[in-house]
Amino acid sequence: MTAAVFFGCTFIAFGPAVSLFLFTIAREPLRVIFLIAGAFFWLVSLLLASLVWFISVQISNKESVSQQKGLLIFGVVLSVLLQETFRFAYYKLLKKANEGLLALSQEETMPISIRQLAYVSGLGFGFMSGAFSVVNILADSVGPGTVGIHGDSQHYFLSSAFMTMAIILLHMFWGIIFFDGCEKQRWLAVAAVVATHLLVSCLTFQNPQYVSSLVPTYIVMFFMGVWAFYTAGGSLRNLKLCLTCKDKDFLLANHRPR
Amino acid sequence: MHCLTCFCINCNSVENKIYVKLNYTVPCVRLLNSTHQIGCQSSLSGDVGVLHVLESEENLDFVLRNGRNPPYMVIMESSLFTRSVMMKLKNGFSRVAGVAVVEPTSNPPDGFSPHTRCPNENTGVYSENYGPGLAHCNTTKWNPLGNGLSYEEFDFPIFSMKDDNDTQLLRQCYMDHNRPVNGSDPQYPLCAMQLSSHMSAVTSTPTCMRRNSINMVCDPLSDQNIWAPSKPLNTTQNGHKANESVIIVSARLDSRSFFSEIGPGAESAASGLVTLLAAAHALRNATQDAQLDRTIFYTFFHGETFDYIGSSKMVYDMEKNQFPIDLDNVHSVLEIGQVGLHSSSNLWLHTDPVSMRNSSIQEEVKNLIANLNSAAAGLNVSVKEPGVTQPLPPSSFQRFLRARPFPGVVIEDYNSSFSNKYFQSMFDNADSLNVSYPPNLTPEEQLNHVTDTAKSLAEVATMVARALFIQAGGEKTQISSIKADELMVRLVEQQASLPTILVKYLLANLTGTAVNVTQENCKNQKESEDDKESKHLYNYFWVPGAAPPNSTERDGFCVRSTVHWSRAISPAFLMENYTTSEYSTWTESRWKEIKGRIFLVASHDLEMLTLGVGIGVLLSSLLLTYIMSSKADILFSSGREPTSATY
Repeated sequence: MTAAVFFGCTFIAFGPAVSLFLFTIAREPLRVIFLIAGAFFWLVSLLLASLVWFISVQISNKESVSQQKGLLIFGVVLSVLLQETFRFAYYKLLKKANEGLLALSQEETMPISIRQLAYVSGLGFGFMSGAFSVVNILADSVGPGTVGIHGDSQHYFLSSAFMTMAIILLHMFWGIIFFDGCEKQRWLAVAAVVATHLLVSCLTFQNPQYVSSLVPTYIVMFFMGVWAFYTAGGSLRNLKLCLTCKDKDFLLANHRPR
Repeated sequence: MHCLTCFCINCNSVENKIYVKLNYTVPCVRLLNSTHQIGCQSSLSGDVGVLHVLESEENLDFVLRNGRNPPYMVIMESSLFTRSVMMKLKNGFSRVAGVAVVEPTSNPPDGFSPHTRCPNENTGVYSENYGPGLAHCNTTKWNPLGNGLSYEEFDFPIFSMKDDNDTQLLRQCYMDHNRPVNGSDPQYPLCAMQLSSHMSAVTSTPTCMRRNSINMVCDPLSDQNIWAPSKPLNTTQNGHKANESVIIVSARLDSRSFFSEIGPGAESAASGLVTLLAAAHALRNATQDAQLDRTIFYTFFHGETFDYIGSSKMVYDMEKNQFPIDLDNVHSVLEIGQVGLHSSSNLWLHTDPVSMRNSSIQEEVKNLIANLNSAAAGLNVSVKEPGVTQPLPPSSFQRFLRARPFPGVVIEDYNSSFSNKYFQSMFDNADSLNVSYPPNLTPEEQLNHVTDTAKSLAEVATMVARALFIQAGGEKTQISSIKADELMVRLVEQQASLPTILVKYLLANLTGTAVNVTQENCKNQKESEDDKESKHLYNYFWVPGAAPPNSTERDGFCVRSTVHWSRAISPAFLMENYTTSEYSTWTESRWKEIKGRIFLVASHDLEMLTLGVGIGVLLSSLLLTYIMSSKADILFSSGREPTSATY
């Protein structure tokens, strides 16, 4: 659809993720490393899932539409489960690495906390997932045409971009909740993460009715965001303090060395 | 995860949702000569325009003035592809993105010729110095239907489309999205098309030949002339051949149309070409048995449409002693022009009035015409001369006359202007020759059926063959055995534009003989191990042959003939003089890719809105993140584990 749409959709899809990266991760090399490692873990999970799906499609009957649809659903579910499995695997790896890092380093405190790792790894998963969701669509949005000659909805690019933004943010929230659940042995939280991930992925089967897939996704994202905020140590009181700019007093009262 | 309906693993499903590629795309390409460029040009990545199906010439106002969503891509039926419509579109002030012309299923009944009214008027023999009153078609316009479209320059792409599924999709898309309803403007998204035919060469031949040294942008038009003497001549020895008197009988091989690579030329080229092939075949035995005083030189010129490329090259070679014979060897010239449409079997013999002022030339021409008359006796064809003083029609013979006066006759089926209503257009096909089959014939039966057109061409070929025999000094009594094969003439209806290489091999088969030579020797141009002479006189082709019914091994044989070929390129390119007006200077531009595709376009406002939303999301998320990260230690302070001092 031209460069305007390309840039518009890129900013919509990756705007929040890029700004988060710029302001919270880019300055700390350790966080960057763990972000990229997280992205890599997501990539491996995708590789495995696509391998299984590819083989099953080749074996299956390519003519039967219902079988192909069933295979697609199977593929989606398998991919979600594999992603969460790899999130857990990454968590285990990070625990081990953190202990090792602590043993090696001269300082007494851990260079990076599990909470930060949760945030960073979630964002890493989100980046890679977003990239694979939307980059091919962005590439085609540069040309002069828009979707629709065969009757598809015109809002394909825009809704894909918004969906991607939601997915990236969701991965970040899921990362925080998941790691916290694993730390505190709260398996209900872990199950909730898996369940909502499945829910959001299966919501996309509603496309091209974009309203019925985007709106529930954003509702889920909002709730997940609130949950992750509380998990990360936020509270309503802190929020009020920040918003009413009484934070300076609070800082002075609770001054601790960084 | 978005696409449920596309299950193929290798397809780019997003691209398929947006674009429909056009399968059959025939563009008009850019040609350049010493001063101008003609043809069409598109921008580098292609021109995009909103589709508009042109209903009439008045509807042009919508495209040029009233329509709200320029630029437009105009789709028109070929009945609207006229000079007035195209000239109006040409001056469209960038509201026209391109034109697509839909090929009709039958030829337009009133005729159509995009060529000029006076073909090759600057490179023929008539000029201010030679027959000044006859130059530039002052006495008669040879191609009265010509509208000159092929020689105009357009700055948008023009494509030709068949009336097939893609065109149906186009029309359907236009009906669904682009048609104004009740006088109101159509709403976005609108159906649009992109045509790419970017030509690399610009301005003129001297410019593009100069730029060729940096990057190849154009190529001179070139192909091959084919010639075969009726008795073997030493072809490795160039220059004058002592005691050789040669009758050149020629036809042209090429034709063109407005669109590139379509040039059926059934009447303009194929009719003469096939007649000459048939005549050569008919004369094979006669010329071998009888001892003739003169040699008959069958010649097929290429590139005659573009200012006589082939014939000017051959004359140039003869002048420069780079040809096995030279102009002193040439006794007379007989040219077979357009002969497919002779109604009531009348053929016209055109001569050059200026050279006929010389009494010896006049006598020779009268002799030739008398021979043609006696050859026509007893056949279903009659020959006449135009009674008035008029120039020769556009013919290769004019290039010979430019060198020096020769006696010569050009055989055509018209008197003062072409009977071909589709000269150098894509409609000059079998239909224009009125080829018709009886109903209820299968394609195989059609192949073997001899149509009336074939019969009449065979008559012409027989007459030409007999006349040549007499002209070459043969006995008049022996001519009755010379007869052209009608089935052979069926070629003209099968494939109107014959490629050069096919004509070469056909001529070899028709005028040569099969000889008992091994494949190895045949390919090395000799008849036996020690033979060193034959390659100067003959050309040997190995024919793989057909496999007999009981085996898979093909029955090959060696054909020995006198068929040769020489390069048909304008002497201007050999002399590297690209501004000359003496010779053809035509070149064709190079291009990277030719393609077209159909899609929907969204309104500019929606695109800007998307960009605005994107920038808004980016800026607001930057702001929000900055605020949150600066206040992070407050926001995330509760529930802090005692072990981690860093937040």
